[in-house]
Amino acid sequence: MITVELAKLCRRPRTWISIALLCALPMMVAVFLAISKVGPAPGEEPAFLSAVLTNGALFPAAALAIVLPIFLPVAVAVVAGDSIAGEASSGMLRYLLIRPVGRTRLLVAKLAALVVFTLVAVVAVAVTAYLVGTSLFESRPGAVTNVSGARLTSTELTLRIAGAVGFVGVSMLGVGAIALFLSTVTDSPLAAALGALAAFVASTALVALQAAAAVRPYLPTRYWLAWIDFFRDPILWRDIERGLAIQLVYVAVFLAMAWANFVTKDITS
Amino acid sequence: MIVTRELTKRYGRMLAIDGVDLDVQAGDRYGLIGPNGSGKTTLLRLVLGLVYATAGEIEVIHRSVPKHLGQVLPEVGALVEGPSGYGHLSGRANLRLLDAAGPGGGRRTRRTRIEAALERVGLAGVDGRPVKAYSLGMRQRLGLAAALLRGPRLLVLDEPTNGLDPHGIREIRDLLRELNANGTTVFLSSHLLGEVAQLCTRIGVLDRGRLVLQEHVDRLQAETGRVVIRTPDSDLAAALLDGRVESRTGDVLVVEHPDPAGLNATLVGSGVRVSEIGPERRSVEDAVLQVMGTGSDQLDRATPP
Repeated sequence: MITVELAKLCRRPRTWISIALLCALPMMVAVFLAISKVGPAPGEEPAFLSAVLTNGALFPAAALAIVLPIFLPVAVAVVAGDSIAGEASSGMLRYLLIRPVGRTRLLVAKLAALVVFTLVAVVAVAVTAYLVGTSLFESRPGAVTNVSGARLTSTELTLRIAGAVGFVGVSMLGVGAIALFLSTVTDSPLAAALGALAAFVASTALVALQAAAAVRPYLPTRYWLAWIDFFRDPILWRDIERGLAIQLVYVAVFLAMAWANFVTKDITS
Repeated sequence: MIVTRELTKRYGRMLAIDGVDLDVQAGDRYGLIGPNGSGKTTLLRLVLGLVYATAGEIEVIHRSVPKHLGQVLPEVGALVEGPSGYGHLSGRANLRLLDAAGPGGGRRTRRTRIEAALERVGLAGVDGRPVKAYSLGMRQRLGLAAALLRGPRLLVLDEPTNGLDPHGIREIRDLLRELNANGTTVFLSSHLLGEVAQLCTRIGVLDRGRLVLQEHVDRLQAETGRVVIRTPDSDLAAALLDGRVESRTGDVLVVEHPDPAGLNATLVGSGVRVSEIGPERRSVEDAVLQVMGTGSDQLDRATPP
């Protein structure tokens, strides 16, 4: 069933268009930067962009910083929101279930397809950003200085970028799980995606709000920027670990809710 | 093949299915008749485990549903509330995905099974166009092909001839007869009484969620004990059978008589030329309409007391 879900994902033009758009945004930024040579001041958002001017090998990190705040969560929410609700609105959900595909099995396959999509998207962004960064900017992969000012070897840099890519991928799963749950509640993929995005925007707003400090550690987006800690020396694991833990909790809770709702639901679509 | 006991389904405050004791036997061509909104589709969904019963029991192919759905459904082919498919893919790609999604039927035989199913429903020559470019009739045929993909023992079909032209309807009727003759039990729903009367051996009538009639079609078409005669010498015949003629319209007489053959001999012996003679039968339509109220889409004003 997982293979079938992946095949469906691959055969949808939308999948490839959204990944292409995700890759295109950092590329656009890189082109403007290369032409104007005007970078943001060091320390300003998005992270790493000022450093890219002197070393293009850091561009994958900058690219992650560019797509992370909006584009990536939107792409993930759209795919996750479509998972069950999309089948329902196309009328295929009933035919899959009487084929028969067990309801739990279908949900697991949808989740697997979602994880694969998220990872492919993040890796695609990193890889295209590396190619663009090293070809447009001066590139000294052996001479990258990290946020703390220490030098990184090229293997170290690759490992740290891989770590950051993995962390960003996992960070997206919280939003994905919320969208997947909503997708079992409604028959409209749009409503499910927008609902998850609303949760994401609310979380972002609360993270920035000083008065909400009490709930802040439990918000899904609280540790999203912790991947920057991969570029400190030594790597600051505290927030990374907390970030992973909170995502796992969100995924577990919303998957359990999605499962409980889906297996007991009357399929009337 | 399908047995339900006191089956009840409530959606919120609406009672969709109300104490239904359905009994579809192996080898039946069972037609479920009912006006729109009478609960036909809900009953089919209950049988297929898509919706869960509020009360009562369901047994399909001798196993309890929804508990043993995983063992029951591989032997069932179904069409529920219209066919559907992934619009951007071709019909064959749709069938391939659907076939690969569930158990049973290996990858090696997939292509042959798909081609055989398409052949059966008259879509063998279909090209690679996406399903969204299909006509309603083609979609219906594709949905039937999906239902036939794994040679099911039981076919559950919701309005199988919907969207087909008269030729298509005849083809599908012949196809279902043929499948049934080869041992497939057919359980279908329709709001077209004529359709069901022509195809089915048994019918069930659903009215506002209740099964108000479940009977063999030939028993519904029972003889009424009257004989219909068409004769050019109708005046002579009427005089001869005086007292027993119930009604007379032009050259057609309806006569109270138990034995058409004997009556024919009497008439011919008396010099009456008979062009048609036969027992009067109750029509299925009369039998059904007698037990059935109006549909839920017809909302008459409540009559003031």
